Amino acid sequence: MKTEDLKNIKDYKYGFTTDVENIRSPKGLSEETIKFISKIKNEPKWMLEWRLKAFNRLKVLKEPNWQKPKYPKINYQDLYYYSAPKSASEKPKSLDEIDPKILETYKKLGIPLDEQKRLNGIAVDAVFDSVSVATTFKDELTKKGIIFCSISEAIQKHPDLVKKYLGSVIPISDHYFATLNSAVFTDGSFVYIPPNTKCPMELSTYFRINASETGQFERTLIIADKGSYVSYLEGCTAPMRDENQLHAANVELVALDDAEIKYSTVQNWYPGDEKGVGGIYNFVTKRGACRGKNSKISWTQVETGSAITWKYPSCILQGDNSIGEFYSIAITNNFQKADTGTKMIHLGKNTKSKIISKGISAGNADNMYRGLVEIKNKAINSRNYTQCDSLLMGNKCGAHTIPYIKNNNATSTIEHEATTTKINEDQLYYCNQRGLDQEEAVSLIVNGFCKEVLQQLPMEFAVEAQKLVAISLEGSVG
Amino acid sequence: MLNIKNLQATIDNKHILKGLNLNIKPGEVHAIMGPNGSGKSTLANVLSGKNGYEIKGDIKYNGESLSELSTEERAQKGIFLAFQYPLEIPGVNTNNFLRTSLNSVRKAQGEKELDALTFLKLIKEKASELGIDEKFLSRQLNVGFSGGEKKKNEILQMKLLQPKLSILDETDSGLDIDALRIVADGVNSYKSKKNAFLIITHYQRLLDYIKPDYVHVLSDGKIIKTGNADLGIQLEKTGYSKIV
Repeated sequence: MKTEDLKNIKDYKYGFTTDVENIRSPKGLSEETIKFISKIKNEPKWMLEWRLKAFNRLKVLKEPNWQKPKYPKINYQDLYYYSAPKSASEKPKSLDEIDPKILETYKKLGIPLDEQKRLNGIAVDAVFDSVSVATTFKDELTKKGIIFCSISEAIQKHPDLVKKYLGSVIPISDHYFATLNSAVFTDGSFVYIPPNTKCPMELSTYFRINASETGQFERTLIIADKGSYVSYLEGCTAPMRDENQLHAANVELVALDDAEIKYSTVQNWYPGDEKGVGGIYNFVTKRGACRGKNSKISWTQVETGSAITWKYPSCILQGDNSIGEFYSIAITNNFQKADTGTKMIHLGKNTKSKIISKGISAGNADNMYRGLVEIKNKAINSRNYTQCDSLLMGNKCGAHTIPYIKNNNATSTIEHEATTTKINEDQLYYCNQRGLDQEEAVSLIVNGFCKEVLQQLPMEFAVEAQKLVAISLEGSVG
Repeated sequence: MLNIKNLQATIDNKHILKGLNLNIKPGEVHAIMGPNGSGKSTLANVLSGKNGYEIKGDIKYNGESLSELSTEERAQKGIFLAFQYPLEIPGVNTNNFLRTSLNSVRKAQGEKELDALTFLKLIKEKASELGIDEKFLSRQLNVGFSGGEKKKNEILQMKLLQPKLSILDETDSGLDIDALRIVADGVNSYKSKKNAFLIITHYQRLLDYIKPDYVHVLSDGKIIKTGNADLGIQLEKTGYSKIV
């Protein structure tokens, strides 16, 4: 290993790859590839047809290019669309049967796949590459009638629910990347909370990209039936590599009458090195439908990784009195770029939405908040409050805010507040004078700036996120 | 404790300190008075290590040259500056800030860091000594604090961090008489044979409460006159113009 490599590994704490033999689909995007994926996952015919429908639609769609961060053209024929750790095809029955190298990887990431989890009250459906290799706490959840499994398993065991809801929030023809995902998605999580049930624990999934040249296409579907509640955590880290990797996940949330879904993400994909080489393209479609009356969907995201982050977790407020929330921290350092925000579409009466966005730019990075608030004419007495704050560190980075606001009725109100500030030298000096070094001072000030969002995260996640915020900005001042 | 020899400081091509000499021994209280623009705040900034100054001359702190130490190292070694305008840090809880600060200093001094509970007990004790309401500690650092509250918060931090050399930069400005008394009581209760004070002020009134051992008059970047507490009283009557 060259000294330079060693340095890179040191810089990216989670940058390591595990040597696992892979089963791969044929290279490139074709009907053959899709049939291969469907076959290897032993899918029913309707699922294959659904995928092929998406694939046919994809042929006429164009890749969007209105986003601010530009990227080199992706050769979709040069990617592998399926890759699974070999040991997974033998379906491990317990953790002992799992490839020790995989377990080792989880250990390095600090994923608690042992009894600690029970103490922490977190069930982990861990996705290693494309296949779920371990699901825990299932029994406890099953007692309450909660389904928490991989989407592949749900297709086999709960086809009615999948058929009813998959693609009901993000239609297969939605846009290029969502459609691509519909055609080739490999795995992800499925959650169903039955009526009047409060999920007793935070559900958590860790995603990792591991095999080289494998685009990752996760698919997550969460349904909260009437009067139910669930909090779902998603955390990502990725091993370091030179080639750009595409990550185009779809996440669909459905909240029925009086149901609430809280979805939290900490995203820390490999961001590329200090010169901007490598890193993940995170082009994710996340959308929630507040389908029932009095329902609520709350997105919280802490985006610190990826070379390019391009996503708008959104809420469609269909049910009367429904509530949508979006809390976001997007940190870009070095040559990272982010174009992120949300969409709040108000359809029902008395619907409310709240957007709190905190963008932090350092180094040569570029950070964009882009959001749409649209109140339709029947959504009487609706309200939106938006607050977008940007923090700049240094003088080579950028922050931009583009809010699209459409109000179609006179009884509704939209408020928008935005600020842009530079990290204040005097604040740093003040902290230094109290004995804090530069990094501690930056971490303190930035965490203070992000507080409104951090406090939305579940406790154990918040601590991790605070550390991540500090790590992401190390060396960016002074 | 502090030996300053021929100190010169320049910022943005402005020559501000022009050969300042000052010696402070443990247990002493020194007051620096002087008209606006004489370089009082610059002296405080230079001693605490604020960036941006071009410095010549020699500052020794307990025998160690200060120029080689960063701002935080100076703080960790016991130099404390009570700011003229304490900074607001939104979103940062006062308690949390004070604990981070104390633990940074303790860690550097090779002492054990305090856990949240032990700290809370300590800070409540210190706060009550200064008549500071506990609620104040859970507010965001200096955000929305009145001028008096900010200054009291500085004194609270001083008492918490237990510095060897405390520099008070116009801590009396903007204080009503009650707040002034609280600040002065805080200083007097902390005064000991081991630590020293450098009090920068425009007015005699603070010195009515904190009796200085020496009063220096700073003018145009130099100390032009040194005396005992009586010098302050005299200045109050005659103004600077007679001396400068």
